[in-house]
Amino acid sequence: MRYFLLGFVLLCVLVVSVAGFRGSTSRKPPIEVFPDMDRQLKLRPQTDASFFEDGRSSRLHVPGTVARGSHFEGTPFNTGLIPGTTNGVDVIPVPVTRQMMQRGQERFQISCLPCHGALGDGNGITKKYGMAVVANLHDARIVKLPDGEIFNVITYGRGLMGAYGSNVTVEDRWAIIAYVRALQRSRLASVNDVPAEMQSMFKK
Amino acid sequence: MSDIFPKWTNRLPLKIAIGAVLIGGALTAGTTYYFTPKYTRVGYQPIQPISFSHEIHAAQLGIDCRYCHNGVEKSWYSNIPAASTCMNCHNQVAKDSPKLELVRESALNGKLISWVQVHKTPDYVYFNHSVHVNRGVSCVKCHGQVNHAEEVRHEKPLSMTFCLECHRDPAKHLRDPKDVYNLDLKISDVEQEKMGTKFVHDWKVNASQNCSACHR
Ligand code: HEC
Ligand code: HEC
Ligand code: HEC
Ligand code: HEC
Ligand code: HEC
Ligand code: HEC
Repeated sequence: MRYFLLGFVLLCVLVVSVAGFRGSTSRKPPIEVFPDMDRQLKLRPQTDASFFEDGRSSRLHVPGTVARGSHFEGTPFNTGLIPGTTNGVDVIPVPVTRQMMQRGQERFQISCLPCHGALGDGNGITKKYGMAVVANLHDARIVKLPDGEIFNVITYGRGLMGAYGSNVTVEDRWAIIAYVRALQRSRLASVNDVPAEMQSMFKK
Repeated sequence: MSDIFPKWTNRLPLKIAIGAVLIGGALTAGTTYYFTPKYTRVGYQPIQPISFSHEIHAAQLGIDCRYCHNGVEKSWYSNIPAASTCMNCHNQVAKDSPKLELVRESALNGKLISWVQVHKTPDYVYFNHSVHVNRGVSCVKCHGQVNHAEEVRHEKPLSMTFCLECHRDPAKHLRDPKDVYNLDLKISDVEQEKMGTKFVHDWKVNASQNCSACHR
């Protein structure tokens, strides 16, 4: 009995020392204890797929085709252009609502804030780390850009700014533009934009 | 007669019983401890092809999760960003860093970056990110504090028990949808209970426990 107990304790110590405790860091993929149907013959997104020549399980867009549910007509809403020209439309082709404005604020803060800053003045956090030339969205030239032009800056990028077409949906791009316009307006406003009865608060 | 079974055999049944209990106990304890996801998965931290740090990008720079994982609110799958998303910054920031060699190559000629997937449910499980994050379940509940990770680590077991613990009582976990991406937010238990109960009621949250919700 003594030997049994000794053996038992030794075995326990051995198992614990080899297998370790829960939550210890491991570089190896987890063991799947009952692997029966854990991995099936289907493709998961963004994994290597030797079936295809380029090894991508998420297929790239085939030229000349349109994905289901995506926008394709050449309307100003989808392209930001005046049909038949390469000029941007002057104003956002959909009615601007309060909801859209809030959506625009949220999306601006996700996608544009790291570089252009919360105020749109080009002083985002990345400036400290070597992002030297970020446009100030209050620049007179950019204030005068037609809305459709900004739409295309977001979609395809411009100069040193990369494209955000694949990260920001068409609807969200217009919402962001609405918000950018509101930001610009906030800097351009004069005392005369304030309701008459409140103007005295700003005039000393 | 008295010599057929020596005296020590009297204690044999007891010894066998003790032995069986010990071995049985150890086997059960060992199996529950070692053969469940809390041991097999938690702590998995693969070596990634690029030493991408969430601590720098998410915590220090304060970039929103959705800047990179922009599919998380829209689909079941939370995408890993394309190299072009990285290059939008890294064409100017740390643009010659040797650590970014693979990213530059990928952006230039479309070569794949073989990120190793850390969290992966079995293929017979249906999981969906968008239903969760749009209903106020924060990333931190299922991924731990990724925003402070130098390297992503599997922090939660993501076992069926884990999913069901929340599905049985979501009020303990729901928060305002605008705080879902704020992984550092601390909420006291009392406040959580109050807020969670309100959200469950207002939004008619129905976190299903039917087998067919997750195994379709
Ligand atoms: C990774 C950093 C970065 C992000 C994020 C970013 N931009 Fe830019 N943006 C730039 C830089 C850099 C320039 C200056 C480009 C140049 O002049 O070469 C610029 C320029 C612009 C311009 C002026 C283009 C012109 O005609 O000169 C607009 C408008 C603009 N950005 C809008 C946006 C909007 C809207 C977003 C959010 C969807 C955004 N940017 C996100 C870096 C960024
Ligand atoms: C919003 C801008 C931005 C984006 C987008 C971005 N990064 Fe960074 N990254 C930075 C900044 C800023 C640093 C810090 C540079 C420093 O410390 O000087 C950095 C640092 C790094 C470093 C360390 C570089 C070094 O030499 O130490 C790596 C690696 C890196 N990023 C990879 C990536 C990858 C991969 C992606 C895409 C998934 C990405 N980054 C997207 C801004 C960005
Ligand atoms: C600058 C881009 C960027 C930002 C911002 C970012 N991530 Fe990531 N994330 C990545 C990349 C690239 C990977 C893949 C490499 C890795 O696993 O380290 C990744 C991996 C992950 C993974 C592991 C995926 C897997 O393989 O299972 C999780 C979870 C995650 N991110 C959550 C978050 C959360 C939560 C936030 C917001 C706090 C966030 N990320 C912000 C780029 C980003
Ligand atoms: C309810 C739990 C839960 C929440 C909340 C959650 N995730 Fe996940 N996440 C998972 C699971 C489970 C997986 C593995 C899915 C699979 O099998 O591909 C995963 C996988 C991922 C991946 C790897 C790619 C993928 O989809 O498989 C990324 C990146 C990721 N999550 C990011 C996030 C971000 C960012 C958030 C917050 C906005 C978040 N997750 C919130 C449970 C969650
Ligand atoms: C922290 C809480 C939490 C965790 C953890 C969690 N869920 Fe959920 N889940 C919810 C809530 C809340 C809902 C209901 C959302 C609603 O009512 O719109 C939900 C809904 C779902 C749905 C949609 C059900 C339907 O009716 O279509 C699926 C599928 C699901 N969860 C799967 C999972 C899986 C798989 C896991 C484990 C990897 C998991 N969940 C972990 C909170 C959670
Ligand atoms: C909230 C989502 C959810 C619901 C509801 C759910 N499951 Fe699961 N189930 C899971 C997940 C996630 C796993 C994978 C666990 C793992 O890999 O650790 C799983 C795994 C399993 C397994 C395989 C276990 C193994 O290790 O091989 C069985 C069997 C199973 N579930 C049966 C059921 C039955 C029966 C029901 C209904 C009573 C049910 N599940 C309801 C999420 C769920």
